[in-house]
Amino acid sequence: MSAARRYLAPAAVILVLLGAWELAARWDWISNALNIQDFLVPAPSDIATSLWRDRSLLADDSWVTLREVLLGFLCALAAGLAFAVILHLSDTLRRAFYPLLVASQTIPPVAIAPILIVWFGFGLGPKVLLIALVCFFPVTVNTLDGLRSVDPQLITMMRTLGASRTQILSRVELPSALPFFFSGTKIAIAVAVIGAVFAEWAGAGSGLGHQILIASSNLLTARMFAAITLLSVMAIVLFAVVSLIERKVVTWDSRGVTRT
Amino acid sequence: MLTRLREGTQDAAREGRPVRASGISHSFGELRVIDRIDLEVEPGEVLGIVGPSGCGKTTLLELLAGLRTPDSGSVSIGDRSEPAERLEGCAYMPQRDLLLPWLSAVDNAALALRLAGASRSAARTEASGHFERLGLSGFEEARPGELSGGMRQRVAFLRTLMAGRPVLLLDEPFASLDAITRAEMQSWLAGVLGPDLHTVVLVTHDVEEALYLSDRVLVLTPRPATVAERIEIDAPRATDRAAAVTSPEFAELKERALRSLAEAAR
Repeated sequence: MSAARRYLAPAAVILVLLGAWELAARWDWISNALNIQDFLVPAPSDIATSLWRDRSLLADDSWVTLREVLLGFLCALAAGLAFAVILHLSDTLRRAFYPLLVASQTIPPVAIAPILIVWFGFGLGPKVLLIALVCFFPVTVNTLDGLRSVDPQLITMMRTLGASRTQILSRVELPSALPFFFSGTKIAIAVAVIGAVFAEWAGAGSGLGHQILIASSNLLTARMFAAITLLSVMAIVLFAVVSLIERKVVTWDSRGVTRT
Repeated sequence: MLTRLREGTQDAAREGRPVRASGISHSFGELRVIDRIDLEVEPGEVLGIVGPSGCGKTTLLELLAGLRTPDSGSVSIGDRSEPAERLEGCAYMPQRDLLLPWLSAVDNAALALRLAGASRSAARTEASGHFERLGLSGFEEARPGELSGGMRQRVAFLRTLMAGRPVLLLDEPFASLDAITRAEMQSWLAGVLGPDLHTVVLVTHDVEEALYLSDRVLVLTPRPATVAERIEIDAPRATDRAAAVTSPEFAELKERALRSLAEAAR
């Protein structure tokens, strides 16, 4: 299937939806029938206008949010990978920390965001921390599952070839876990953007999440939707970048370590 | 070419080490899988072990290799009897090729050298020197997923050989191949094993394979495995497999082995 044909169907769906939205917001008889007011539901063209008119403001906010997301995400990657390896190497530590790891995920980010602001102030720190917290779980759990799912016969084979524990980790377990690590990473990058919005809502002076809050309280709905659009685009682009890196790194058929 | 193949493994194989097991038994919980087995293999010899599926052949190899410790009895490789020392003395080729899918054929073959601390280029050069002899030239950079079953098995065999150990323990090395490829691989292995001093233990459920490749064959009973019969094969290993396996002497040995398998199963 050619690239053009592959993208044709989803593009058509999006265009039809946007067209319907535009018509619903523009044509009085439809908006009256649905009882929607144009200051509450802006047409896609209004959002596009706002994207252009407020571009310098939105660009600044995007940059602030992007920086928070990337920093938080990278911290979570490093910590998640290290934590997964440690829990994999020690049964005792895994049994001790696994419940805590799951518990950490049950706390809603909305609930802890204000506390983090109280503790660490309005700066970059608490935002990065919150984003790292929401990204940490999918990275750690997926990587740990990957490390633990290595075929035990592969480990035996490595032992008979004289491999040390470290060599088994670096030459078999970590490469085997890479596809799992990337699965976790893709989930993490998507939730990182959501985490950034919560963090900014709890207390911030800039950023797309902050802009959504300001614009909505001033009934600047077109600007609010413009900010939402940018957040969504940011998440999609970051996801695509991670997928691209995954395809460059995991070049083998990862569905099974060996075919029999 | 043959001398080149042996070069890397020569040091280990030259001295040669006998494998001896006396009265080894092993159980998994209540389930006894190995029952008082004695065996002896001299350097340069191939010992074939045949038995019904699930009789504990793989466990027996793991006991010899030092991957498991027998409940009773003793195993030695040369003058070493501690499990860790035995593990250092032998190279174990599992039933599945277990190639690492992210490494090329040559990197897979060179794995043992890399683990021993050789640089990547030195290890690759040494391993790729054997590719022609193994009928793998041109496939050095192929990933395991791009190789046929027979080729994967040969890469796995080379990886085992490159470990440079005096004892080779082969666990149904060709079980996953089709009959034609398996016959080719058997002729090929007969040629490779012929002249060197490796001590080889070959586990298989294929009686013909065992008789063709071995100097001596142990027939095992169903679980718990014990030795039902020992068959000595006096004829030297022939490289012409078709002629060897259709000779009257071979047919006689095969009948004897199949009969003792059938009797043991009763």
